[in-house]
Amino acid sequence: MRAPYAKFAGYLAILLVGLAAPLLFSAYQSQMAELWLFIVFALTWDLVGGQMGYNSFGNVVFLGIGMYACAAVQVGLFYEVSTYNNARGGGATVFTFDLGQYLEGLAIGLPVGAVLAAIAAAILGGLVLGMRGHYFAICTLGLGIAAGQIANGWEWIGAGSGMVPPTPPAALGDLSRFYYFLAMALAIATFLVLRWLYTTRFRLAINAIRDNEDKAESMGLKTTRIKVMAWVIAAFFLGIAGGLLGNLKRFIDPIDTAFAGATFGVWMVLMAILGGKGTLWGPVIGAAVFQVVKETTWTYLLGWQRVALGLLIVVIVVFFPQGIMGYFRERFPARFGHRVEEAARPDRAEETTG
Amino acid sequence: MSTMLEVENVSKSFGGVRANRSISLKVEKGRIVGLIGPNGSGKTTLFSSIVGTHPIDKGTIRFQEQEISHLRVAEIARLGLIRTFQQTRIYGRMTCIENMLISTSQRGGSLVNLFQVHNPEREKQAEDLLAFVGLHAKRKLQAGSLSFGQQKLLEFAMALMNEPKMLMLDEPTAGINPTLINGVIDRLKQANKEFAVTLFVIEHNMNVIMNMAEHIYCLAHGELLAEGPPEQVRNDRRVIDAYLGAH
Amino acid sequence: MLDNIQILVQAPVITLDLVLNGLLIGAIFALAAYGMALVWGVMNIINITQGEFVILGGYVAVVMGMYGLPPLLGVPVAAILLFVLGWALYHTVIFRIVDRDLFTSVLATFGISIVLQQLMNTVFGGDVQIADAGLGTVLLMDGLVALAEIKLLAFALAAVLGATLVVFLKRSRLGQAIRATAQNARAARVLGIDTDRVYAATYGLNAAICGACGALVAMAYTIHPYLGLPYTIRSFMIVVVAGLGNLAGVIIAGLGLGAAENVAGFVLGTQFQLAFVFLLLVVVLVWRNWRLARRREYLK
Repeated sequence: MRAPYAKFAGYLAILLVGLAAPLLFSAYQSQMAELWLFIVFALTWDLVGGQMGYNSFGNVVFLGIGMYACAAVQVGLFYEVSTYNNARGGGATVFTFDLGQYLEGLAIGLPVGAVLAAIAAAILGGLVLGMRGHYFAICTLGLGIAAGQIANGWEWIGAGSGMVPPTPPAALGDLSRFYYFLAMALAIATFLVLRWLYTTRFRLAINAIRDNEDKAESMGLKTTRIKVMAWVIAAFFLGIAGGLLGNLKRFIDPIDTAFAGATFGVWMVLMAILGGKGTLWGPVIGAAVFQVVKETTWTYLLGWQRVALGLLIVVIVVFFPQGIMGYFRERFPARFGHRVEEAARPDRAEETTG
Repeated sequence: MSTMLEVENVSKSFGGVRANRSISLKVEKGRIVGLIGPNGSGKTTLFSSIVGTHPIDKGTIRFQEQEISHLRVAEIARLGLIRTFQQTRIYGRMTCIENMLISTSQRGGSLVNLFQVHNPEREKQAEDLLAFVGLHAKRKLQAGSLSFGQQKLLEFAMALMNEPKMLMLDEPTAGINPTLINGVIDRLKQANKEFAVTLFVIEHNMNVIMNMAEHIYCLAHGELLAEGPPEQVRNDRRVIDAYLGAH
Repeated sequence: MLDNIQILVQAPVITLDLVLNGLLIGAIFALAAYGMALVWGVMNIINITQGEFVILGGYVAVVMGMYGLPPLLGVPVAAILLFVLGWALYHTVIFRIVDRDLFTSVLATFGISIVLQQLMNTVFGGDVQIADAGLGTVLLMDGLVALAEIKLLAFALAAVLGATLVVFLKRSRLGQAIRATAQNARAARVLGIDTDRVYAATYGLNAAICGACGALVAMAYTIHPYLGLPYTIRSFMIVVVAGLGNLAGVIIAGLGLGAAENVAGFVLGTQFQLAFVFLLLVVVLVWRNWRLARRREYLK
């Protein structure tokens, strides 16, 4: 029984590295916190895009809903949201939050954001998940941009000038470390929930939808309901990630942070495909590789970042669609539990093969 | 003997092409009924109309006394009426055993059991059925890597896994190695007897269908041409003409 | 918002102005949508790069205007240049994704569109630009309805281009090869049609159509590096409503979209005009799917 042992050691090592990282490389704390959130992005995208074959360009909707809802709750528990937002930057000095208020706001805001995102996914999913793949993809592209445009015009949440989540009290100390650990906890929780989910019949159901939805329907599966459930699960975790990201960035721009289809929205897809669609570890690896590459090269690519991003998408989609995990799975199928053939069970096998 | 499926005056056109013209037929419970006819006579269209793939223009379709012509594919499947396809449809990137496990009956199944991890009983049933069609050795293989004939057998096993009341098979022996055809016929008959599944079978191979069915319907040009026991249909002048292309 | 509706009700002439102006741009939407339907139908690719081709065509006219050349000449020049670009893109990227699933092509062309957007932003800057064709305005109904001459001209040119295209596809050898490939690529190949060349020509032709549209847009309206996606979405929406291969439907849907968008922009305020376009896409898709569901079908 060496394999489970090694697995356990592997998990432990990741946990220890994760815990020690902010202490060792405190300069990169917020980038590392972002990495944990990216892992959540990629994992939740892959649940629907990779495992179920419904590629979404609009998952940022749930990120944005979580982000705004969390910030609005954090503020709204103690002040009028519209006056807070009208004060813009000046609000930071007038509207203060003490430690208790800050933590209370966060403790209520994050779950509220998650639940609202999940509800939005249930409603939107019921409407758009009846369509097949590519219609869904383009429809979600429209949803993401429409959401950003609406937030951009909605005064209550600050419209185009954005919204500043509550300023944390000084007592909380180094804030990015605090959020680093929250992000890490969220990523681990997401990973564990999905890992469990992928051992259940639910995975078989969404894989069946990916492989042949007509067949799944003709076998009586409640496909639309299953699809909506998958999207709701993804939205729930994205909603929390949104709440954290807003507080980590300390500023919510409707189009560049909350409903950021051009950045986070595309990155989600890219990270999942890069790592390997339809695998558990693929999105994690994809997110890690992407974030490291992005952080090391982004500053040198000034002005050409999006060109590089677009080229990267084309290159990966065209030449490397199986992703890193898929590549290894093709090279070493045995390591991934794919067997070629086993000894036949004696009972009736010969009859048909004979 | 009660009626399992009753099709009455069903018509279906695609644009100007009238694929089915007021077709009426009956499938009694527990029987094996055949549906034959030359290419393009509307057999597969009729199957699709029955299981709800497309709307019908006219007529009624009753399954166990219940009108189903307005229901959708998955709803009809949950009533216990399952079909297989001429071009096999399986879940290509999942293993055979996974294909089986997700094919269980969805009748009254709540969504809660979606989150079950293990169900030894179901796993045993899946393995037994794979053995039944002779695919047990390939259970851990990706279904997409099987040959066409093997996929056909897998699809048949998946359909049985669903524990249907009635199974509609679209050319179950087409594309299967001729040496295996007798095995397939045995399996079908056995399924009919042991699992008490009513069978409604489209078949091109006359020997196969004559050997298997108790009652046969013959379509030509979208219309019901003849019906009766195999011997009678085989000797029917109109059927012979239709197959030979004479008018 | 309600005030604006009231204005429209009390002064129908304003509505007329909005609708007429909307119809004029609608012709351009329809032309771009026709190009998208062509690529979709023949190559089974949903071309997300559509909008960027339009904007790029617009910059051709703008640049020509800058050098003192008549921007109207930009229409054929943009078409030619974009044809070359489309041809080149086909032979570098698109040919690799022609027989892959639709999502691969959606994602790959999405990637190309990001690259083009950013390149345009780098080369031409992030400002809104126009190509001034130097034409006046036609006033109707005591000046209450104002139609820019260039918009009328753009409408007419779009109609002429569309008609030429239809005739070309019907009559010319290439057009026949394109239609044959659309119906059954394998059969066309067996009959000796070089489908690879047909695909390249189709993709190039679509880019050329978009380029011409773009040049018209730049003269009659405005262009901006990031305004491509709305044109893609509009084209897609029009094709979804009309269905592939339904020319009359494309024209009606295109004109209708133009008018609806213009009126909505007035009622909701221009800051919500883009949101309207994208939400309309969602509504159209949901509505289409709902209609199909009643016939035991779905969008696919």
